[in-house]
Amino acid sequence: MRRVVITGMGIYSCIGTNLDEVKESLFNGRSGIGIDPIRKELGYFSALTGILERPNLKKLLDRRQRLCLPEQGEYAFMASAEAFKNAGIDKDYLEKHEVGILYGNDSSAVPVINAVDIIREKKNTALVGSGSIFQSMNSTVTMNLSVIFKLRGISFTIAGACASGSHAVGMGYFLIKSGMQDCILCGGAQEVNPYSVGSFDGLSAFSTQENEPTKASKPFDINRDGLIPSGGGASLVLESYESAVARGANILAEVVGYGFSSNGDHISVPNVDGPARSLRMAIKDADINIEEIKYINAHATSTPVGDLNEAKAIAEVFNGYKPYVASTKSMTGHEMWMAGASELIYSILMMNNDFIAPNINFEVPDEASCLLNIPKERVDIEFDSFLSNSFGFGGTNSTLIVRKFKK
Amino acid sequence: MTNEEIIEKIRVTLAEEFEVDIEVIQPEAPLMQTLELDSLDLVDMVVLVEQNFGFNVTGQDFVDIKTFQDFYDLVISRMQGAN
Repeated sequence: MRRVVITGMGIYSCIGTNLDEVKESLFNGRSGIGIDPIRKELGYFSALTGILERPNLKKLLDRRQRLCLPEQGEYAFMASAEAFKNAGIDKDYLEKHEVGILYGNDSSAVPVINAVDIIREKKNTALVGSGSIFQSMNSTVTMNLSVIFKLRGISFTIAGACASGSHAVGMGYFLIKSGMQDCILCGGAQEVNPYSVGSFDGLSAFSTQENEPTKASKPFDINRDGLIPSGGGASLVLESYESAVARGANILAEVVGYGFSSNGDHISVPNVDGPARSLRMAIKDADINIEEIKYINAHATSTPVGDLNEAKAIAEVFNGYKPYVASTKSMTGHEMWMAGASELIYSILMMNNDFIAPNINFEVPDEASCLLNIPKERVDIEFDSFLSNSFGFGGTNSTLIVRKFKK
Repeated sequence: MTNEEIIEKIRVTLAEEFEVDIEVIQPEAPLMQTLELDSLDLVDMVVLVEQNFGFNVTGQDFVDIKTFQDFYDLVISRMQGAN
């Protein structure tokens, strides 16, 4: 089995649209949450959301490329361009090698809505236009980016709810570890607009603490009242150690463990057993002493039951040992399909810059989070290994363990 | 709208949609090659005509269109027919 390393990263999120901006936001505990007034007009219970601008791609992509790319694809493109640049991979390399793409994406609501509106009004499907089908499919990100970057390796989309991005990295890790691929662009993308999460808002799943938007997302705090939808794009270049060495690449980190499970239980209510099994599988796969893991980037979305059960699962698996546990969703909101990938990037930025970002807005623990070591302020610390959890609707769970690369 | 105004509107609209210099849009220039259109782009021509000139065309209508003049003639005749 081969070692799997990360040689490039790129990020486009509500706390920054490149690696440097995001690192600064994490270091300073800056929130990217705000209010979208349109959501109130549409009858949302909560207008809270991650705030980010769409990139202007007119000088970067041609008309056909832009026409086929939906909102989340634009974010994914920006993140991927940064990741390839960060990895030192150029067009020439992509043309001569079989680089793949595995991306997490689980919706593309706006193109579907726009197409249906036109069909209902005009009764003529041709008036939907040529880009709509390529924007509408769940595989939109992988189909578009594989064409734009001329990728010639594996290419498909992972739809695993809010664990999509994490599973995408996990699948990439397996394929490289087994020798099937040498290099894969892995990531996650999430649309951010007033239409894609209306039905989610309808479940009263979102925080309604709108009076102070940057304080509304409070994972593990006893006064949390729901998640805040957010999004963007996050990309990582995964590569075999041999491939990285052959290119003379700068190795940022190593993926050492992947675990997963399904709860086999309720469609929306998480449990403790499923996440705990995912954690144990990742730890076993990494063949790591749990006391080497100094930081856990929790899935914790700021929902009452989700955070409670994750805290119980972590406490159960770590059995008295207390690494730092924090949720970057306190700053970013819940980046859903993207979260598993973006949170790896956030954690690697922390690990490689010797700090752990605060779990902002955490003031009073509940019955389970009191069992964890949750930093309210930034911790300046050197650490070599972290674990990242991502869980999703239907009870899909994914856990990744990453550590600093050592020969 | 006069025929000259219709032609100018066609030129502006095509130049914006297909991101070409308006000066390349000349009556005897080949439409498909000048705008670099493929089969997908013809769908967008259908949308462009409906949105800007208010009538429906199909891909079949483009079979006999070779030059921009052919396209001008199609639009003008349909708009005059509508009037």
